[in-house]
Amino acid sequence: MTETKGEKFSQELDRLAKAEGVRLPRILLLSASEMLAAHRGIEAEDVRKVAKELVRRFRKVEVDAHESVGIVAAQSIGEPGTQMTLRTFHYAGVAEMNVTLGLPRLIELVDARRVPSTPMMTVYLDRGVRADEKKVHEIALKIEVTTVPDIAAIGTVVEELKVVVTPRPALLDARGLTRSDLERVLDQTLDKRRWTLSNGSGGGEGRSFEIHQAETAPPKTGKEPEEEMPFRRLLAAAEAVRAIQIKGLSSIKRALIKKESTEWVIYTEGSNLAGVLEIPGVDRSRTTTNSVFEIYKVLGVEAARTALINEASRTLSEQGLTVDIRHIMLVSDLMTNEGDIRAIGRHGISGKKTSVLARAAFEITANHLLRAAITGEVDELKGVAENIIVGQPIALGTGAVDLIYRPLAAPASSPNHTRPKPAAPPAPPAPEEGAAPTTGA
Amino acid sequence: MPPTGLAKRIRSLQFAFLSPDEIRRMAAVKIITADTYDDDGYPIEMGLMDLHLGVIEPNLRCRTCGGRVNECPGHFGLIELAMPVIHVGYAKEIKRLLQSTCRSCGRIIPAALTGRGVAFSGIEDLGGGFSRPVKEDLVCPHCQEVQQKIVLDKPTTFRESGHKITPKEVRARLERITDEDCRQLGLNPKFGRPEWMVLTVLPVPPVAVRPSITLESGERSEDDLTHKLVDVLRINQRLRENRDMGAPQLVVEDLWELLQYHVTTYFDNQTSGIPPARHRSGRPLKTLVQRLKGKDGRFRSNLSGKRVNFSARTVISPDPLLSINEVGIPVEVARALTVPLDVTPQNLEVAQELVKRGPAPPMTGGVYLPGVNYLVRPDGQRIKVMDKNAEACSAMVTLGCRVERQMVNGDIVLFNRQPSLHRMSMMAHFVRILPYKTFRFNLCDCTPYNADFDGDEMNLHVLQGHEARAEAKVIMQVQEHILSPRYGGPIIGMIHDHITSAFLLTHHDPHFNEAETCYILSKSHIPMPPPKGHEKNGEAYWTGKQIFSLTLPEDLTLEFRSSICSHKSGAEPKEHAEDDCLVVVEHGQLTSGTIDAKAIAAGKGVILDAIARNNGPARARRFLDEMSRLSITAISLKGLSTGIDDEDVPEDARRHISKVMSDAREQVKSLVEQYKTGKLEQMPGRSLEETLEVQIRGTLSRARDQAGDIAGRFLGLDNPAVILAKSGARGTMLNLTQMAGAVGQQSVRGERLLRGYYNRTLPHFARGDLGAEARGFVSSSYKTGLSATEYFFHSMGGREGLVDTAVRTSRSGYMQRRLINALEDLRVEEDGTVRNTAGTIIQYRFGEDGVDPSRSVQGKALIVEEVLREALGKKYRTELELRGEGIVGTTVVGEEELDLLAEAQAEEETEEEEAEEGGGFEGGEGGGESGGD
Repeated sequence: MTETKGEKFSQELDRLAKAEGVRLPRILLLSASEMLAAHRGIEAEDVRKVAKELVRRFRKVEVDAHESVGIVAAQSIGEPGTQMTLRTFHYAGVAEMNVTLGLPRLIELVDARRVPSTPMMTVYLDRGVRADEKKVHEIALKIEVTTVPDIAAIGTVVEELKVVVTPRPALLDARGLTRSDLERVLDQTLDKRRWTLSNGSGGGEGRSFEIHQAETAPPKTGKEPEEEMPFRRLLAAAEAVRAIQIKGLSSIKRALIKKESTEWVIYTEGSNLAGVLEIPGVDRSRTTTNSVFEIYKVLGVEAARTALINEASRTLSEQGLTVDIRHIMLVSDLMTNEGDIRAIGRHGISGKKTSVLARAAFEITANHLLRAAITGEVDELKGVAENIIVGQPIALGTGAVDLIYRPLAAPASSPNHTRPKPAAPPAPPAPEEGAAPTTGA
Repeated sequence: MPPTGLAKRIRSLQFAFLSPDEIRRMAAVKIITADTYDDDGYPIEMGLMDLHLGVIEPNLRCRTCGGRVNECPGHFGLIELAMPVIHVGYAKEIKRLLQSTCRSCGRIIPAALTGRGVAFSGIEDLGGGFSRPVKEDLVCPHCQEVQQKIVLDKPTTFRESGHKITPKEVRARLERITDEDCRQLGLNPKFGRPEWMVLTVLPVPPVAVRPSITLESGERSEDDLTHKLVDVLRINQRLRENRDMGAPQLVVEDLWELLQYHVTTYFDNQTSGIPPARHRSGRPLKTLVQRLKGKDGRFRSNLSGKRVNFSARTVISPDPLLSINEVGIPVEVARALTVPLDVTPQNLEVAQELVKRGPAPPMTGGVYLPGVNYLVRPDGQRIKVMDKNAEACSAMVTLGCRVERQMVNGDIVLFNRQPSLHRMSMMAHFVRILPYKTFRFNLCDCTPYNADFDGDEMNLHVLQGHEARAEAKVIMQVQEHILSPRYGGPIIGMIHDHITSAFLLTHHDPHFNEAETCYILSKSHIPMPPPKGHEKNGEAYWTGKQIFSLTLPEDLTLEFRSSICSHKSGAEPKEHAEDDCLVVVEHGQLTSGTIDAKAIAAGKGVILDAIARNNGPARARRFLDEMSRLSITAISLKGLSTGIDDEDVPEDARRHISKVMSDAREQVKSLVEQYKTGKLEQMPGRSLEETLEVQIRGTLSRARDQAGDIAGRFLGLDNPAVILAKSGARGTMLNLTQMAGAVGQQSVRGERLLRGYYNRTLPHFARGDLGAEARGFVSSSYKTGLSATEYFFHSMGGREGLVDTAVRTSRSGYMQRRLINALEDLRVEEDGTVRNTAGTIIQYRFGEDGVDPSRSVQGKALIVEEVLREALGKKYRTELELRGEGIVGTTVVGEEELDLLAEAQAEEETEEEEAEEGGGFEGGEGGGESGGD
């Protein structure tokens, strides 16, 4: 019941505010109406008063037009950089995992690197699974990459030209696998034309596999001196066996589970968002990765923007630095503005600026100037850097508005009073600028 | 003379090639002689210093325009090259053009192209195409000519199927490309034909661009560019002679290549693939590209940042008696810097009087009087005012004159400390002219400038225009920057002694007698209030909280917990009372609680925040001014000092601590034993070695904490050092326990020490010793002193901190430069959108709600409770009251929400725990303060 009442208040407040030409943020409307709904005996007049007060106060906190929000944002993010650590620390959640933090991480984010230096995922699970440690563990095993050396010893017997794979029952158990799983995978991945798989010595789960060269060797392909170095091929085969992935997702090296208050969460070293999201039991709405680029690929720019904001503000707040989220939003919005992720720097935003002078002043000066001549580029002198270079006021803040002074009728006696400032004694008499002398342009 | 407004405004700049014709047209003289001056030191005609190119000597006149040194900007000359040469900067471009067009008819070969043609009016991106090399068997569809493969032999030689194509041939081919094809290829023929990329004439820059300097010995030293031009001219001359004489092809080609080399290095002396041209001394020449490029290049060094007049720089020192928006300026500086004063009928007499004083009026009775340094007459003539001509100058002062008067108290100036990392690094202050030779300011301003007084210097700029002064006053004054745009909280506030003082003044509300109270208030210009009460002996007393309250605005009402508070949220008021840590301010009266860092410190002060927000910046300034004066007198009443014996602990405790330490060492030993015998249980996802390290570190840090606790028992609030730490004035309890208890584990790169000798840190230990003391555990305290090995380990940790700081500054500096460069053009438009210079919308509304972070309350747009209280008046109920009435808290919450709620709560709890543990100390003092400034 309160819900509908709150809804009604919020709509009413919104309507009243809009009537005054102010769009109030949703969160304000909601919390105000919620509080109103909690009160008794609220009348239409009260709502109107609240709306009026909200509008009055909100107008005071709005940004001014022409505010140089970009510079302020850059300063707000850059300045605390000097106070950050350079070291990588253990991640607060899992002591066993190292994650890049502090300044290097922040630089990595604004650089829009494809792969972070320490990719990491936080995998949340569905309601049915999240409380059950055993099930969570199973999922973790599904995610984590398991290769043959993780569960078996691999040896070569050169005299007999064979590779011996001896599974370790304890390791098999820990990974939730059986000998037959290994057998199946080996059987599937080996090239049957070259190799044969057979059982070796030992018994039970620990019984080894032997990989021999196939009797029916594949038809010789002309040039290849096949029989020349058989042991070399054997070693290559052993390497190949080593690389065989039994299960799990590629690039996820480790998966650890940890209890977070009421539920179990999987933390992974390495990141494979697309793969993890396909695993049943994974809560797709909350699972995330610290690889912004991967989020962009899998979920799109909007998600990437949010990820950038989250990652950057987390990095800053982990260092105990408070930076208003609006600044971070602006940087993220700029980086994702073109529909993909562009870096802050000469290869991204700064390299694509419209002004030749601004680009030249940043980096790779000569090339920008030379190129500008080829295409006959025009610098419109709208930005900050270019106007500083030519020595003109910039179009931000108070410089964004021009003041035009139109004298009504000049008192004939003292010409000094016709101008906004007493005319400086001009060396050569300045040409009259028509009827309206202007300051600025 | 500062211009008033702009006479002209540059609307746009067009970039283009200089065509050979244009170079000829703008050339004032054709240069043919490689010499500069004759024996008399007079410029040689048609030489590189020809008088037609402008003059650099004071007594000569320019032959082209007749101007003198400061009147003539200089004029270009030209060198006719005997044979054409490639412009290095365009070698790649030329290659592209040659590859995409027919070798005989010059038309585009469509099959050679990979990209689309570029629509011309709005070229934005030239990337994506045209670069596939012409295949060897490709046939031109226009003239059936068979194409050949073209390679660029860097930097400037072109080869076609192995044969060299001379620049002349290259030029001929480029000439054949039609204008229409140029457009397709991304060239704008209106501003540059492709063949102009092969040079036939070389413009010679005016002498003003490459001035020669005369050494004391009378010897002339030429500019690097002149040297290079001499080389070009010489070879050019020889090439021409040889060619005209019909010298062997080989000789001509060699000279041609040499000419190409000199022209190439004239443009860019760092071209890869060729050796840089060098000066006689072996120093590489700085040629055109080098002049523009990099940090010391024209762009970054002279154009993006310019040198200014009317500025001063000196050492800074503190002055608690100045207001936060004042700056103390030495008389010497005040006399050197001036403010322009336009003479009007209203101030004519004042101006005349000022000028009469001359440039150095006598300081009668130590009183500073401003004088005048210059007088600018209406015709623009500048007259230096001296003692001798002061009277005469005074008579010259008429309407329309400008008088450059020296600074006076109340002038507005800009004050700055580098590095200017945020806008608070440059703020406007009002001038106070003071004796002595340093700039002085209130200590509260240290935080925004990040200044201290260990030798820091700061810059000061005197504003010269009315517009600038007005702007500075309205938006740059210190008081306008109390709230930081970074996080919507105060960045300017009380520091160090101010906080200690406020703490001593308010903690448990001490009593002061009349003399003391009078003394405390003496510097603050606050009238004495009536006494709070009378002692048993009848003497009137005032209380600390009462005195503190005098600085608060009357309408201030708030409640919070101070930073000494160690109680969990929701504790009973009684518990708080014991520590006096629940701060309650009602109508400007502090009724309970201790004022410490949480209340008034820079960066977090709650009271400060409330005043700045509710009562405005001017009131906040007054609060800071009064508070800093009051706190200085208050603390000087009793004084506060700390020394190393404040960290003394009883012998008993010392023994206890060393017991803890030896126990820890034993534990570590047994862990190592377990590890060696393979009994150590491996942690999931960790190797055995890592497990051992984790456990050892855990053991040792527990031991350190224990030692700290033991020592901490003897460190109570009666200890000055503890007061400093607990009130948040300076230092932490960790620092104290390190002094009194034990220093703890030293680390490099987050691990126990390990580097040094083979398998050991120092020869004092056995190889492979994994024990506590062998790997950098310091069990001594700073008070007892460190052993030799401990001292060494400690310095290892300390060194890492120093290196870390040094590396960090450069890395974060570059990041900030990039951020600023990328974001500098963004601004809020009148429709509320955030756009860049191209007009692209970056955000529809800044920060999604259009709220200015510096006006927000810690990021929140508004406090809704306040709004409702204001709007509803009597009907308003606080949440607590509502809960009491049973209205809130009856809503049915779904299972999902409950889940989330539980999560949120759990999260909050863990966060609190972590915060309390607070950065487990390991590895020196994390850099700490390094020496110098």
